Amino acid sequence: MSRSIVGEKTKIMADQKSIVVKSKPRNTETVIRFLLLFCAAVSILTTVGIVFVLLFETIEFFKEVPLWSFLTDTKWTPLFIPKHFGILPLLSGSFLITLGACLVALPIGLMTAIYLSEYAPDRVRRTIKPILEVLAGVPTIVYGYFALTFVTPLIRDIFPEAGVFNALSASIVVGILILPMVASLSEDAMVAVPRSLRDGAYALGATKLEVATKVVVPAGLSGIIASFVLAFSRAIGETMIVTIAAGATPKLTLNPLESVQTMTAYIVQVSLGDIQFGSIEYKTIFAVGMTLFLITLIINVIAQWVTRRYKEEY
Amino acid sequence: MFGKQSVKRKFLDKSSKIIFFLATMVGVVALGTLLYRVFTDGIGWLDWQFLSSFPSRFPEKAGILSALTGSLWVIGLTAPVSFILGLGTALYLEEYAKKGWFTNLIQVNINNLAGVPSIVFGILGLGLFVQGMMLGQVILAGALTMSLLVLPIIVVASQEAIKSVPQHLRNASFALGATKWQTISRVVLPSAFPGILTGFILALSRAVGETAPLVIVGALTFVAFVPVNPFESFTVLPIQIFSWTSRPQDDFRAIAAAGIIVLLIVLFIMNGTAVWLRNKFQKRF
Repeated sequence: MSRSIVGEKTKIMADQKSIVVKSKPRNTETVIRFLLLFCAAVSILTTVGIVFVLLFETIEFFKEVPLWSFLTDTKWTPLFIPKHFGILPLLSGSFLITLGACLVALPIGLMTAIYLSEYAPDRVRRTIKPILEVLAGVPTIVYGYFALTFVTPLIRDIFPEAGVFNALSASIVVGILILPMVASLSEDAMVAVPRSLRDGAYALGATKLEVATKVVVPAGLSGIIASFVLAFSRAIGETMIVTIAAGATPKLTLNPLESVQTMTAYIVQVSLGDIQFGSIEYKTIFAVGMTLFLITLIINVIAQWVTRRYKEEY
Repeated sequence: MFGKQSVKRKFLDKSSKIIFFLATMVGVVALGTLLYRVFTDGIGWLDWQFLSSFPSRFPEKAGILSALTGSLWVIGLTAPVSFILGLGTALYLEEYAKKGWFTNLIQVNINNLAGVPSIVFGILGLGLFVQGMMLGQVILAGALTMSLLVLPIIVVASQEAIKSVPQHLRNASFALGATKWQTISRVVLPSAFPGILTGFILALSRAVGETAPLVIVGALTFVAFVPVNPFESFTVLPIQIFSWTSRPQDDFRAIAAAGIIVLLIVLFIMNGTAVWLRNKFQKRF
């Protein structure tokens, strides 16, 4: 008797189990979970893909060109004979333009942020912020056109010795490109500074300028520096403006009126030409791309570290 | 009562306000000058002939038909791929993933991808899609590259939108016996949709304006046909503009400006739609 009851119970439990296993919603749930996990994994695969693709051809490149001459040769002429593969001229071109752009964008961007966060009436703020957003949304090819057809002629009026392609024009326009980024990220950092700190300074008799420069900016410094570093990274990876305005002459120079070539502009130049896959010219794209990728990666990691390390909590 | 020091401080305070204001105006004036220049240079060349012709050696016969259709093809393919992958990633991170090293890794990875220069994505596309998968320098390779490029933007925007759906709506749905996916598809997604859509459109408008990755992937600068399938070679608006800008003749510069006007109008329509959607569906909880 009791045995049959136990048997009955087991049977019911088994039935319940089979119902649970067969039930459709549960299956769908599991499938969906895995589909979503797959989507999320794509972003990881993208990074793995970037590293793998760059590494693969870069290793091939260094089988033909010694790493030492890549890092120390002062000439970059892979498209001519005799071929030289020194990255220094391209690095100096990239850094010259990026530093120029930062000289334009960091002070102006910071002052814009201070104005918007501390001085501007609400109505002005609500007009200017969308304008800066539009400025940030203009495609870089449009900036390139602007650099070549407007800024360059202006520079050549002032400095007649400047070339048709020069680093200065590219610097100024890349500066305009990263300006909204500096302004809006720095402003976010300043707006986050609590009202009470400002009130405390005012109570001590400080002027608005003193409050802005001695209280708000120091308090928001981590965010401001992070915005500078990100803008720097954006400028060094910028491609179309420098390709159009700065020219294609890789050389070691600090003269902003001369034509230079950046790492990005070189990659575009080679891609536009007729190159054989697997040739040494083809492999230079990856070696230069790897250099660029490593530099921006290091800069972005620094930016994240700065934000975390110096973050002020209120 | 007020000493010299105080007068000086007040003067500095007043003048700094003007200086900060002038600095702010730099960006505004730059945008104004840029738009003014482009419109005065290009508006005279913008007519039906320009929109309906292929590129040509003669500026007066040149047009952007192949570039416009190429851009539409690339966006048409980028949109579904990036939308599904981006929304899927955001849903996984916000609704499914448990806190841990793997979730953390995905999140950090997405933030880092957002900072990778677009030209590096072009190199990825060249190595992976053009060479690795043997697709060749075709529309599909360009569209897949663009999908990966805009993926981080869509993920971050969708995450924000999903986060803003209050927890009590989910709890109410669970209390009615809904499963996780039923809750997501019928409660979370409808509430978060305007935010997701806005981010999605902004990401696509970024893709419309990108030049560098497609140059690397191998878009051409001279295409004299309308592509009819994704396995054909192609060009897009920014690359056509680039090609015209690089020519020394003034007439080609002017049609580059006309091309820019077309590009800006496309972007304006996309961004306008995004703002309209945001305002129309904005809900406050």
